[in-house]
Formats: sequence, C-alpha cells, structure tokens
Amino acid sequence: MSEFLQHLVNMLVLGGTYALLGIGLTLIFGIMNVVNFTHGVLYTFGAYIMFIVVHQLGLNFFLALPVAVLAGWLLGAAIELTLLRPLRGSDIDTTMLVMIGAWIAMQSGALWIWGGVAKSVATPFPEAPLVLGPVSVSWLRLFVLAAAAFLILVTYLLINRTRLGRAMRATFQDDDTASLMGVNVDLIYTSTFAIGSSLAAAAGALLGPVYVIFPQMGDLAAVKAFAIVILGGLGNITGAVIGGFILALAEELGAGYVSSGYRDAMGFVIIIAVLIFKPTGLFARSERVG
Amino acid sequence: MTRALGLVPAVALAAALFAGAAAAQTIKIGVNEPLTGAFAASGTYVVNGAKIAADEINAKGGVLGKKIELVIEDNKSNPTEAAAVAEKLITSDKVPVLMGAWGSSLTLAVMPKLIEYETPMVVETSSSGKITTTGNPFIFRISPPSAVEAAAFKGIVDKLALKKVDFLVINNDWGRGTAEDFSKMMKDKGIGIGLVETMDQGAQDMSAQLSKIKSSDSETVIVTTAVDQLTLIFKQAAALGLKKRIITTGGSQNPDQIIAQAGAAANGTMHLTTFLPWFPDKTPNPEATNYFISEWKKRGFEFAGCTESFRGYDGIRTAAAAIEKAGKAEPAAIKAAFWDIKLKGLNGDIMFRKSGPEGKESGQSQPNVYLIEINEGKVEMKTL
Repeated sequence: MSEFLQHLVNMLVLGGTYALLGIGLTLIFGIMNVVNFTHGVLYTFGAYIMFIVVHQLGLNFFLALPVAVLAGWLLGAAIELTLLRPLRGSDIDTTMLVMIGAWIAMQSGALWIWGGVAKSVATPFPEAPLVLGPVSVSWLRLFVLAAAAFLILVTYLLINRTRLGRAMRATFQDDDTASLMGVNVDLIYTSTFAIGSSLAAAAGALLGPVYVIFPQMGDLAAVKAFAIVILGGLGNITGAVIGGFILALAEELGAGYVSSGYRDAMGFVIIIAVLIFKPTGLFARSERVG
Repeated sequence: MTRALGLVPAVALAAALFAGAAAAQTIKIGVNEPLTGAFAASGTYVVNGAKIAADEINAKGGVLGKKIELVIEDNKSNPTEAAAVAEKLITSDKVPVLMGAWGSSLTLAVMPKLIEYETPMVVETSSSGKITTTGNPFIFRISPPSAVEAAAFKGIVDKLALKKVDFLVINNDWGRGTAEDFSKMMKDKGIGIGLVETMDQGAQDMSAQLSKIKSSDSETVIVTTAVDQLTLIFKQAAALGLKKRIITTGGSQNPDQIIAQAGAAANGTMHLTTFLPWFPDKTPNPEATNYFISEWKKRGFEFAGCTESFRGYDGIRTAAAAIEKAGKAEPAAIKAAFWDIKLKGLNGDIMFRKSGPEGKESGQSQPNVYLIEINEGKVEMKTL
C-alpha cells in the first residue's frame, strides 16, 4: 500500500511537468497547426538559461526562472519571424522539414557552446525530503509542481478569458475573417508561437535543476509532449493537462507493477489505443472540417 | 562573384589532398567513442585521456619513427552509429587499429565490422561478458568483464554482511550482463536476489523503480550505469527516503563528479572502480599514475574525469605498443603482436590471455578492481 501511495505522489509531480510540456505544444501544434520539432530544443534552452543565470551570472534561483521564460519567449518569437512567417501558407510538410532543420541546428549549437557533458544547477531547497508517513517527496519537486500549476492556470486564463486569447482562437480558425474583424494576424502568429515556446523554456528551467542538463535532454521531452497533445486532443489545454497526468500514471504504474524495462513504452501503448478508438484525442471538441 | 565561388571546391579539394599527404607521415589510430548522447561525459573523458597518451608517445619520438595520429569519431551513444563510425574509420581513414567503443552495446555493434575488415580493436571500457566469449579474434579488452568484477567483489560480501540485494541496471548489454554475473556469484554465496529493475539509457526519472525498491525487503541495491544517471539516482533515492546501501559497478562512476552534483545524497554510497587516482601510491604503477594525473590537471580537465580517462590513456598505449611490436602499421601484424605485448598500465600489467571459443579467441587482460566509499563528501578506500 505504501508503495502504491508513493507511486501516486510520483505521478503527481511527474504529471505536473508533463502537463506543462503538453500545453506549450498544444498551442503551437494544436492551435497553430505547426508540427513544432523545436519544442524540445526550447525546453533544453530554458534549462541552459537557468544554468547560465544561476552559475555564470551568479543570480538568484527564483530570479533565473522568469529570465528563462523571457528568453524562451524571445527565441520563439525569433523562430516565428525568421522561419515560419516566410512559410505561412505553404504546406505542412515544408514547415515540418524546416522545423526539423531548426531542431538539428539548435541542438548542435547547444553542443558546440556547452559541450556534451551534463551540467547541474544548484537549488536553494533543502536536500532532505518532506516525509508524510510512508510517502516522501523532495521540496524542489513540490515547488516545480506548484510553479507548473501556476503557469498552466495563467495559460488557461490567457486563452479562454482574454481578448488576446479570443483573437488567437479566431485567427487559427479562419485568419481571413479574423483579419477582417480587425485582428492583427501577424502579431497573433508571432505571439502564439512565442507563448508556446516560453512554456517549453519554463518546463526546461523547472526540470533542469531536478535532472541534469545536456544538449539532447529535450528529445525525450518532445516525444512525450507530442504524445500528451495527441492523447488530450489537439489544441485542448484541459486535455493536455489531463493527458500529462494520464501519461505519468501509466509510466509510474507500468514501471512499478508491470516492468520497468517498458516504462517509456507504457505511454505509447495508451496513445496507440487512443488513436484506434478515439482518434481525435480523449478530450477533443468536435471540429468543423473544410 | 560566381567565378570566385567556383574556386571554393577546388581550393577545398587541394586542401584535402594536402592533408592526405601529410597524414601519410603518421600512424593512425581510430578512436570510436560516445561524445554526445547519454554517455557523452564518459566518452569525452576517455578521448582526453587518449590524447595525453598520444602526446606523450609523440614527444618521445612516436612509434616506428612516425608520429601517432588519433582519428576521433563520435558514435553518439548509439550502436548503429558506432558500427557506421567503425566502418568509416577503417575504410575511409584506413586506420590499422581501433580503440572503442565505451559501452558494451556499442562495442558489440562494432564487432562484426572488425571481422569483416579484419582490423583489431582495443576495448577500453565495456564490461559485458559476451564481448570476449563469442569468438571474435579481433577484440583485445583491457577493462574487466562483469564476471571479473563480481569475482573481485566476492571477497567482501561477507564483510558487508549482505543478505538480500536488489538490482537497478541500465537496460542494455552492460547492465543486464552485470545483473546476471553478480546474481550468479551471490547465489553461490547464499545471498538472496530480490528485484531486478531496469532503466532506459536516456531515462531521467527513476522514481518509479526506486519506489518499488524502497518497499522491497532487501537491504542493498546494486546499481549499474554511467555517472550522469547515477547522479540522478542518488538524488531521487534521497528524495524518496530510500535508506538502503547502494553499491555501484562498472567503473564509470567518476565519484568526484557524483560528489559535486549529487552532494549529500552521495554519502554512504560504495563503488566498484578500476582506478585509484585519489591514492596514486596504492596503484600498481604509482609513477605513471602521478604523471598521468599531473598531465590531466595541467590541461585543465576536471579531476573527476580521471577514473574514466585513464582507460583512454592505457588503451592508446596498448595499441601503440602493439604497433611497435608488429614493426609495421598493418592490421594483421598488429593483431598478432597484441598477444606478445606486456606493458605497465595504470591499473596493473596489461597482457592478453585467451578467452572464448578455441581457434578464434579474444584477448582479455586482467585489471585490478577496488571498492571505494563516499563518506562526508570524501572518497575512502575499502579493502577487497
């Protein structure tokens, strides 16, 4: 029983970060329809910004987090302006190839600048975990969970309760009509990509200190983010959050009670099942086609 | 402008030809290591150690009157890449001998290429038993196979009063091979074997496996993987309140890096290692060890890397000794010469004994194995 409780707690802290990864990508992949292969690199980028700000500039850990989010926002905006804007209207394959190129170039860039040896970030949290009966969890993971919940809430409100969010949804439903209604379509494209990117960077900045930081850290994160988005339904923020927790639960229980060798396969077994039985994702709204 | 650009390929070609002409004055040794991916830290250390050996040999006049040239390629911690890189080194760079490929799965992927092109390779790190038992006569291994590690560990299990152990190993030939060889040794000793948990080589979150181990009735966990994953495991084990004794195997722990990155979480952990850079006087070859460590520090590398990099150093010296003995830089002659060399490695004498099926034996050297413990952020030696 105590083992099961521990697995549930692990699922909560892991699920929170998966949800954060998922919502950033669901904005870009789900709403903008860009197969964003740079999502993992932006995650890596956020983690390295954390390392630079904390260890090379010597600034406070908590100050470094918003810096990483901002840096992710700027890099995302730059990618949209230089790579995606000239390609707007071209088919999805072309954009996908360009994004794959950007992914490889940026990952190699990280390798060139920082080398392949992993870095770790010191945190102000105590090393002794919080122990509650049979269950224990590190303070850093709790902080990450809280920060992730905060960012998820802010994103949800931004998309569903603000003028900007309404303009975003309108633009990606039909940009001609949105433009006729006075929406600055160019600005919406750039800001949506930048927001999605800053969420990826935030996830990297939060998880970098939990794990270790190296140039390929984003690859597995990106694969999981795509899985979560497909699980939750494209463009659905609530779906991405729940998808993140479902993936974490599958991994925890799969590794705990089936076989740890197949831990990373568990999530994908669920995805295959979802694609067979409910191909639009678990929480997708019905969509107008054409 | 167009014309100027047209010149570029011609200039590049000329430069390439020049480089080729210059290279003929050297003897090449192919180095096939993971410089990116999951094992980047370890592979980079090995390559830096290899460079120290090459520079030392070249400063003393080289081999057969020629300088040694290391042709270093990145196998990306990926077996497919490791095989491709070996093929490239042999066919395109024409190296007569290789060193590689760090991980057991990487080395096993390279092995068919060695038979195909009849080129010998010094195996500097890999510990899977399969490497020297499947009948590949081009393999010359200076690292201990996991059975040798297990045998060395056998002497101390009584002192540690082991009763029941769990395993947490990397899910590849290295990890699974270690779990098998250590289980066999422990069963003979009457020690119970509990869980055998695995983790993917790129996995960053081992909390699920550790939670399971936390609730088992074993008192000790044997962990086998490289330094980056070990760091994560110690941190996550501490976060879960796992109080069991942790012993790591495989010799890729870089204890100083663990102390730096895992902090207090590393205290009390024990490690089976194959080099003692902290106690140069206790190594089989103190003079060479001191030289190597001072050279390592002079180059500004982190001390933590020594436990890994000495293998690159010994590996290149082994290959160079075989070339010298062979009298010519040709694969067949070098392969034959490996059987006749004897040199003082940083971790004991390097000389190859036959291992594997008769008629196509691999070479296996017998290095020393030590047990160390991290205590209050310091490395202490335990006697085996």
